[in-house]
Amino acid sequence: MSEVKTVETEMKAIVFQLKDEEYGVDVHQVRSIERLQEITRVPRTPSFVKGVINLRGIVTPIIDLRSRFDIEETEPTDETRIIIVNANDLEVGMIVDSANDVIDVPANAVEQAPKVVGGIDAEYLDGVAKLEKRLLILLNLDKVLNPEEIIALRQFKEKGE
Amino acid sequence: MDMNQYLEVFVDESREHLQAINEYMLKLENNPSDIAIINDIFRSAHTLKGMSASMGYEDLASLTHQMENVLDAIRQEKIAVKGHTVDALFESVDHLEAMVESIIAGGDGKRDVKDIVQILNLIEKGEDPDSDSASSTPQTGSGNSGLDEFQKSILQQSVDQGLNAFTVKVTLESTCMLKAARVYMVFEVIEKISEVVHSSPAVSDLEEEKFDQDFTVTLITELKAEEVQTKIGKVSEVETVIVTPFSTTKEDIETTQEAAAAVETDKPIEKKPEKEPAETKNAKAAANNKTMRVNINRLDSLMNLFEELVIDRGRLEALAKEIDNGSLTDTVEHISRLTSDLQDSLMTLRMVQIDTVFNRFPRMIRSLSKDLGKKIDFNVTGGETELDRTVIDEIGDPLVHLLRNSVDHGIEMPENRSEAGKPEVGTISLTAYHSGNHIYIDIEDDGGGINREKVLKKAIENNIVDEAMAEKLSDNEVYQLLFASGFSTADTVSDISGRGVGLDVVKSKIESLGGHIHVTSKPGYGSKFAIQLPLTLSILPVMLVTIGHETYAIPLSNIVESIIIPKEDVMKAHNQLVIDFRGKVVPLVSMKDVLEVESAGEEKDNFSIVVVRKGDQMAALIVDRFISQQEVVLKPLGDYLTNVFAISGATILGDGKVSLILDCNDLIK
Repeated sequence: MSEVKTVETEMKAIVFQLKDEEYGVDVHQVRSIERLQEITRVPRTPSFVKGVINLRGIVTPIIDLRSRFDIEETEPTDETRIIIVNANDLEVGMIVDSANDVIDVPANAVEQAPKVVGGIDAEYLDGVAKLEKRLLILLNLDKVLNPEEIIALRQFKEKGE
Repeated sequence: MDMNQYLEVFVDESREHLQAINEYMLKLENNPSDIAIINDIFRSAHTLKGMSASMGYEDLASLTHQMENVLDAIRQEKIAVKGHTVDALFESVDHLEAMVESIIAGGDGKRDVKDIVQILNLIEKGEDPDSDSASSTPQTGSGNSGLDEFQKSILQQSVDQGLNAFTVKVTLESTCMLKAARVYMVFEVIEKISEVVHSSPAVSDLEEEKFDQDFTVTLITELKAEEVQTKIGKVSEVETVIVTPFSTTKEDIETTQEAAAAVETDKPIEKKPEKEPAETKNAKAAANNKTMRVNINRLDSLMNLFEELVIDRGRLEALAKEIDNGSLTDTVEHISRLTSDLQDSLMTLRMVQIDTVFNRFPRMIRSLSKDLGKKIDFNVTGGETELDRTVIDEIGDPLVHLLRNSVDHGIEMPENRSEAGKPEVGTISLTAYHSGNHIYIDIEDDGGGINREKVLKKAIENNIVDEAMAEKLSDNEVYQLLFASGFSTADTVSDISGRGVGLDVVKSKIESLGGHIHVTSKPGYGSKFAIQLPLTLSILPVMLVTIGHETYAIPLSNIVESIIIPKEDVMKAHNQLVIDFRGKVVPLVSMKDVLEVESAGEEKDNFSIVVVRKGDQMAALIVDRFISQQEVVLKPLGDYLTNVFAISGATILGDGKVSLILDCNDLIK
């Protein structure tokens, strides 16, 4: 899955920030962008799972993308957002530093990701888009939000204990 | 015509009728001479035939048609009900079910039914060798002769009742231009004065002008031959009308006829046999209340809306308390009462009689016991017990499994039973009843019971227990081993009850429904599987507690009692903190540790404890504070967070916050 997914002519991406990098996810996979709200912790889950929120009557799990990619966590600010995405038929919220832009990404601007970008393994990326002045890292949400991984992590943890 | 809009109704009703036929047939097997049952089956088969013919499912129609013939012969006491008759009828129903299933799956409902039609034909004829009646005329499955057995018997009956049956041959003038229009006019006349039993070529062909100059109609009328002749002769461009009395030996009717056409043409005669069923149907409808079919999705969305309402009710109650205004509080209280009434009626809307699950079992038991050569008397009671639809949908498979298990492993072979001094016929009873907030389903057999030694041997072989431990287990504990994964005690692996993947799946399914299963057994006298299920899944009463700064909900169904005990009452046994709860030693579980909650300050002198139960076992959960009892809406955590330890789901509280629901099954090991 490390090869570049062929993107049809153009895609719209929601742009968000994590530490110093800019990331993009396909706008079709984004349900909504929310302000940070009170999260109910769910015990005995991996540390990047922050818990669940009440999203207009639906209990939605929330993960911290920084923690997911082993980037040091910071205190939330006014800019902090939760991007509600849908991948693998799962609805999950991702905490990001900020999210404020939608841009068109032409297919020919997307290149295969180098092995590691911004500390993220290429396995989780769809590629890197080079646009005029900015560099956009395209996330492969199906990979990032794979529930198998939670189970694997849990088993790893249980063995370690 | 667009049939899709009728398809749903067709499928629903076909299923109902097939089910009805199944049930009646089981009754028939026990009372072969009961004509009333035959009539019931006949009615259902007849309706089914009419429906499938009008929907264009020809194979379905022709098979039901053949069934009708056999049933009719039985009804008229021309043939007796024998084992193979019932078998053949059952087989036909299987075919019909397969066809209906195919239609549901989007198929065309076609199926090769020649063999079974042939068998039915043989039964119908073989048992009726006398040639004094119409039905003795040989007829092949493909419908070569103009009239089928059913039509002939109708004609015969009418003649017996003093009506006249005629074969009318109408020839149109060779110059006639609009033949179809003339045919239409002729039929208009005929239908005014008589009942058409048959027409050759078929009406549909006539309407499309697929005939030369003449056609033949067989009809029943009160009029005399000459009257019929003159009446039809008045239609212009009709050259000749020849009216001959119908006789069973007369076979001068055109012969080429498709099965579909046969079905098509006997629609008019439905009027006659249907009079009676229509009346009884009306009577039934009057006896029952009026009902209407509602798509389940609509009920579900209604339920979702109501769940939102319950959450907002909680919010309102919290606000009213805060604001403390008299009239606001009154209004909110009224809304609370209304919503609980609304909840009750909504719940009953979603309630389905467990009969819908039970009714397929008698058939299953019958064929299973035949396959295995066992004799089994199957009793069902409490079919009218109602359960939430979500539970109904899920409970079928586990029950199938348990019943198969009872037939396969429970009931012994007849010879073994007589040796043991028991009646040859074993009994399996399936009972459902309602008590408190639960539904109980018991499956009881009077078979050999569970063999402790055999279970232990298997359990040791499969490394479920070790030998030293096996010795110490009580009988009851041994029986529960049946539910361990990778277990099957049948000496041979059979098709009937699987390959040891069974009972553990049954157990986890039932537990996922919030229920419990328990087995008791008496060697030599049989075993009993008892299932306890909650009435509904989506709204449940809980007790809210705080642990640290977090609020958790514990289902009331798990709670035995909540108590506050002083610290010094806590004892230690085998490195485990325990308390003495009404003379029983119950282990203490610190929820703070289990849920990895950050400790919130000072130690107290008393423990707030919730005693919970799973089956016979109990545990005492240490919490920080009891808040209140409340009804909450169970929400899943979603597929992303599956199998979280000790958490069965979440709920949204009055203040909009999410609170987790504790799964006590995980806490008691």
